[in-house]
Amino acid sequence: MTFISNLISGISLGSVYAIIALGYTMVYGIAKMLNFAHGDVIMVGAYVAFCSMAYLNLPPIVAIVIAMIACTLLGIIIEGLAYRPLRKASSLAVLITAIGVSYFLQNAALLIWGSTPKTFSSVVGFDSISLLDGKLIITAESIVTVIACIIIMIGLTLFTKKTRIGKGMRAVSEDKDAAELMGINVNVTISITFAIGSALAAIAGVLLCSAYPILIPTTGSMPGIKAFTAAVFGGIGSIPGAMLGGILLGIIEIFSKSYISTELSDAIVFAVLILVLLIKPTGLLGKKITEKV
Amino acid sequence: MAKMIPVPSNSIIPERDLDKKPILETCHLGIDFGGLTAVDDFTLTVGRTEIAGLIGPNGAGKTTVFNLLTNVYQPTRGTIMLDGVSTAKKTVAQVSRMGIARTFQNIRLFSNMSVIDNVKVGLHNSIDQSLFSAITHCFGYRKSEKKSREEALELLDFFSMADWADFQAGSLPYGAQRRLEIVRALATHPGIILLDEPAAGMNPSETAELMDNIRKIRDTFHIAVMLIEHDMNLVMNICEGICVLDHGKVIAKGTPDEIKTNPKVIEAYLGKKKEA
Amino acid sequence: MSKIGNKIKNLNKFTLTNIKAYSIVIIAFIILFPLNSRGMISNSMSGLLVPICTYIVMAISLNLTVGFLGELSLGHAGFMSVGAFVGVIAASCFQDIIVSDVLRLIVSIIFGGFFAGIAGFIIGIPVLRLRGDYLAIVTLAFGEIIKNIINCLYVGIDAAGLHMGMTSIEALGMTNGRIIINGPQGAVGITKLSSFTAGVILILFTLFVVLNLVNSKTGRAVTAIRDNAIAAESVGIGITRYKLTAFIVSAVLAGMAGALYAMNFSSIVAKKFDFNTSILILVFVVLGGMGNIVGSIIATAVLYILPELLREFSDYRMLIYAIVLILVMLITNSEKTKQIKEQILLKLSRNKNKQRQEE
Repeated sequence: MTFISNLISGISLGSVYAIIALGYTMVYGIAKMLNFAHGDVIMVGAYVAFCSMAYLNLPPIVAIVIAMIACTLLGIIIEGLAYRPLRKASSLAVLITAIGVSYFLQNAALLIWGSTPKTFSSVVGFDSISLLDGKLIITAESIVTVIACIIIMIGLTLFTKKTRIGKGMRAVSEDKDAAELMGINVNVTISITFAIGSALAAIAGVLLCSAYPILIPTTGSMPGIKAFTAAVFGGIGSIPGAMLGGILLGIIEIFSKSYISTELSDAIVFAVLILVLLIKPTGLLGKKITEKV
Repeated sequence: MAKMIPVPSNSIIPERDLDKKPILETCHLGIDFGGLTAVDDFTLTVGRTEIAGLIGPNGAGKTTVFNLLTNVYQPTRGTIMLDGVSTAKKTVAQVSRMGIARTFQNIRLFSNMSVIDNVKVGLHNSIDQSLFSAITHCFGYRKSEKKSREEALELLDFFSMADWADFQAGSLPYGAQRRLEIVRALATHPGIILLDEPAAGMNPSETAELMDNIRKIRDTFHIAVMLIEHDMNLVMNICEGICVLDHGKVIAKGTPDEIKTNPKVIEAYLGKKKEA
Repeated sequence: MSKIGNKIKNLNKFTLTNIKAYSIVIIAFIILFPLNSRGMISNSMSGLLVPICTYIVMAISLNLTVGFLGELSLGHAGFMSVGAFVGVIAASCFQDIIVSDVLRLIVSIIFGGFFAGIAGFIIGIPVLRLRGDYLAIVTLAFGEIIKNIINCLYVGIDAAGLHMGMTSIEALGMTNGRIIINGPQGAVGITKLSSFTAGVILILFTLFVVLNLVNSKTGRAVTAIRDNAIAAESVGIGITRYKLTAFIVSAVLAGMAGALYAMNFSSIVAKKFDFNTSILILVFVVLGGMGNIVGSIIATAVLYILPELLREFSDYRMLIYAIVLILVMLITNSEKTKQIKEQILLKLSRNKNKQRQEE
């Protein structure tokens, strides 16, 4: 039974990673940049939801919507102010700027909300499910997280395949210049991508903090790094890849925590990542890149 | 023009090279990408000091042949003998050391380095300098650096580029960049040099100079030159043997005069006449 | 031939860079050393001297990987970590054998560098097969793995020799021994051997290695691979070999810096060398300019002191730091400033051409 309950918590944690990884992967696919500040957007989303619930006494669902709106705006502002001027700069310059934004968000959060941890109350209203005479307990948070993840996955896939904007996004990710010549507004497309990614980050933040209720200004950074790893693991730029990578990473992490060593679990996660990349250098579902000679 | 003699591979090589081992022999060379056959049954012999041409319509697989010869692609079928030694299972760098050098269709210079450093990189394998002497700048460092600088300048001087030695390679005019690529390739002391569209983007006077230079390369270094080119004037003027490729297959081999009148070649370039 | 002779006589630009780099370090030392030894620098600043030296070495060595080899490494602090802990172990082992502090520091630094080099070799072989962002994430992963493993490492020494384990101090089964590394608490009871002078000497050594390497056959091969790997291969340069060489040299120097750094404190934890430290070093390199050694030195010194100078803004200082970082990146890299820069360069080169014609 512990195996199944571990599996479930693994999938649940993995679903959070997957939602965050989607943000990384979409931004990478379209803007070809590693948005290191993405993890900190999660943290901001969680704080906004926390404040809405704790100080304004709003119902959880409203708090989530507010957090999503706040993060969407934040994402668009970050993109417009910090990344857009560097559209043609080297990828390293953009990376450092993203690190700067990450520092900025963390320290701004520290000034606004302080360094004392906030205890996040779960947004999920119902109780855990107990199966097989209490041998197997599935927390309500896991169920909600997994369902949210599946809905987001399906929604995003449909969005990129069926809608005009979604098709525009795919065109921009294939070839920015050609897309521009076809009348697609590249800047708007990239802004929309950041908006969607950031809104997802808000959801991920709320779900993450519902399961692990301690909220500090650096809450987002480690899940951010792991989700980034998950995105690479699955093949960066690929939406199903981010999903698969996130869930596998979550399962590996929980399993190595309970069967091998708590301290070494991160090392194991990263070691698996390295092994995968050595066998498939562009990730599980990544496209093979060949340079034309 | 040299007299061309047929050899067993169904190719012709100049009479003067006949008693020497050919520099390059390929045998039924072919490569598939996925299910698509890009090059098939490519058999060719190039003489030691021959200037050979590889022509064909766009997409015929000419650059793919160069990539096969330099092992950028591993062939699906067939063998390549470079100076009598098979290049199978060798890396690109190893094949280069075996005596094949090339230029690229889209120029690939080390554009942030100086002109002379580009040539020195070409000289890489003939510079005798250990990692230890590189780090300490002693134990033969100065001698080896001086020697390589002199050799690089000599090569540049040969193409009248010595004055530009300390310029950044990326800042050179287009024609000079193409020339520098040839100099860099020559610096590896090859037995055969492959030129991928050396005259692309050049005006007639530059092309004329290029033709002189290609002959000069053969006559000074006594090496073979194989070139891909769309400028028929250049090809017919300087090439001794020509191989015509269409849809990945060799459709004709022969001297310029033979190629000019070959109906298959005319068909490949101009399309088949509609039958009445 | 006379033309060729002239060219050889000309001083090349590398010589100029060398003179600049060495003289900056030496002048800074000449100014700071007497001030420091007479206690004229504030305590907090004086405590920063060795760390600054360490980070300068880190930045220069990372510049070799990022600037000259052109591969983004996000795990440079991992090598620093290996060097730091191996250095501490070595210093502890030789405590009774080598009496001279200076000699023991040198030996420890060499050990730190050596083992970091081995780590660089082990990591480099798989990592360097990957490209771009994938390489970056794998170096990040290795950095985290190294941190995690050292976090679980227990090392002690007693009459029987060195003991190592991954579970606990008790499991080492030592009798009367001394604990060197105590798991998550890190290395404890380190004898402080590092000094500002040692730091400056290590910087000079690093400069010597990196500047010489860059201006050599190996350095040219490395730069050629960065500029165009396919072309480099086509002239017979073995890509893996030279990538690995640059990567290992960079790791060795980082390991040496790590050893120096660790022996500046009485205790040190593996968490100190995490992802954020790697990023910090990368920021120094990028702001100093890729492939610009002098820039690395200046950027490191300025950025390391900046938070200290911003101390009066207390809570706001890291926020200001972040804003400064973003603004500097925007100003130095955006399209508009690039255009202005190009115009200035164009004017300058025109003036030069005019002068030449007049001559």
